[in-house]
Amino acid sequence: MNQSTASKGIWKVIAASSVGTLIEWYDFYIFGSLATIIAQQFFPSGNPTAALLSTLATFAAGFIVRPFGALVFGRLGDLIGRKYTFLLTLVIMGGSTFAIGLVPGYASIGFAAPLIVLVLRLLQGLALGGEYGGAATYVAEHSPPDKRGYYTSWIQTTATLGLFLSLGVILIVRHSLHSDLNESIRRFDDWGWRIPFWLSIVLVGVSIYIRLKMKESPLFSKIKAEGKISVNPLKESFGHKMNLKMVLLALFGATMGQGVVWYTGQFYAQSFVETVCRISFDQSRTILIWAILFATPFFVVFGSWSDKVGRKWIMIIGMLLAISTYHIIFDQFLKLSEPPGQVTRVVEPEVPEITTIARAKSSDSIRTTTKAFHHFENGSVYKQVAIDTVKADGTIKAGPLLYRDKVVDTGTYWKFVALVFVLVLYVTMVYGPIAAFLVELFPTRIRYTSMSLPYHIGNGVFGGLTPFIATLMTTIYVNDKLSGLWYPIVVAAVCMIIGAVYISNRIDPDVND
Amino acid sequence: MNALKKYLGVLWILLGPIAVYYLIKTAASEIAKKPEIDTKIQWGVFVVVFLPIAIGMVIFGYYALKGEYAHLPENSKETNER
Repeated sequence: MNQSTASKGIWKVIAASSVGTLIEWYDFYIFGSLATIIAQQFFPSGNPTAALLSTLATFAAGFIVRPFGALVFGRLGDLIGRKYTFLLTLVIMGGSTFAIGLVPGYASIGFAAPLIVLVLRLLQGLALGGEYGGAATYVAEHSPPDKRGYYTSWIQTTATLGLFLSLGVILIVRHSLHSDLNESIRRFDDWGWRIPFWLSIVLVGVSIYIRLKMKESPLFSKIKAEGKISVNPLKESFGHKMNLKMVLLALFGATMGQGVVWYTGQFYAQSFVETVCRISFDQSRTILIWAILFATPFFVVFGSWSDKVGRKWIMIIGMLLAISTYHIIFDQFLKLSEPPGQVTRVVEPEVPEITTIARAKSSDSIRTTTKAFHHFENGSVYKQVAIDTVKADGTIKAGPLLYRDKVVDTGTYWKFVALVFVLVLYVTMVYGPIAAFLVELFPTRIRYTSMSLPYHIGNGVFGGLTPFIATLMTTIYVNDKLSGLWYPIVVAAVCMIIGAVYISNRIDPDVND
Repeated sequence: MNALKKYLGVLWILLGPIAVYYLIKTAASEIAKKPEIDTKIQWGVFVVVFLPIAIGMVIFGYYALKGEYAHLPENSKETNER
């Protein structure tokens, strides 16, 4: 086979693996991005059983089931091969996503609705746990040693692009259901939210077609032909000291820190901008979309660079930059969202928009009333609302006047984009080289199993918990809006020290073992 | 460097139980503050998920203390050694 044929072949491998993985991430993220609407449809507030199912759907899929999926499908991948295993994960993910879009709401079928959604969400988590290790292993086992970081970095772009795609599809659908924006949003909240789920089946169908045409990994085929495949990959991966110590090193010296840097940069940042800085729904999402768009090429830049200088120090420096600048960047978010000078015009709504939220286990309610829209001299428009408490006896305790749904001016908007871009750049440093790093750490016969578990504990547990723990810390230490950052900073710092001291910067020249 | 790897092992061994103690203490205090099903499930999941990870940290520290990371395996022959 000449070089151009080989080169053409590897790009087919990358395309087939990346498209499928991107779609799996898209499927996983649309549930998270539409969590509020899904909760309204399937998990009615004030009902303890529904609240329990909702919490399980949110937590269990991301934190328990993903590592479990890594074990189940990792084992399968090491026993029957990479190709069929990650085809299976794609079918499970696509099927469950499509099915979520079909489930009737709680109002129609009662408790069967949240129960079905919970099962489908668990299947999504399980499939995601099995997908990444397969795709990364498959591409790495096709790659020449001097380009392993470069080729696998294309797989690394998919998680971020999946988020980009999910945000884009949601925004487009939300704005396209009617010419009047308010009516369009109402329709989206009512039934239009199902469209991004249905769209998945088309994307998955295309991806399955592409993947079916692919051949098995050459390294796996070789060891299979030689009768050297593992009889019990789980036992070999975690029952033998020589391999277990590498699994622990991968987790505590690389994926743990990488997970928190990733989730802080892409998820907590967006959540902070929307819920703490109170930037509007659309702006908080488009800020992230632009940042991701500009930063995504750097996954490939750092992946490729790691082929020349080694994987270790790029990841370590990424963590170091993150922990030393998080406070500065998030503090800037707060400053940028403060009222920008004088109010030049006050527009009061003809009919005040009133939202009432019942408090759980209490007869008091929180009432939010839109008072006015404040226009500032630089072009920013902030909505002013009154947050009052309606007591059980009907009396009203007046609350503070606060700004919500801030629409910032163009200059401030791009400053936000630049800061989020820096955060996503850190993500590209820690995440770009990690597939090649993990693949090189383990032998072919147990690679899928061994690399999947630390990856999904690092990303699913340490990373996935970042938005929850960070938000939780801000409710414990209420006077410090930046207190949530201590969780990713401490986890990344421990990981950075372990990685710097224990991990080797050596690039494995041979993964054919 | 190998001496540093070993000494730091003690720190990693201690870090596991300290993290679990802090986690359980915080969980108990948060559940007492807001004894609702959501809070219990949420903190219950945190404790259940982080407990095996903390045990993993102790094992990692033990291996480090024993000098297991002085040399990292470079091929599958080394990995297959028991």
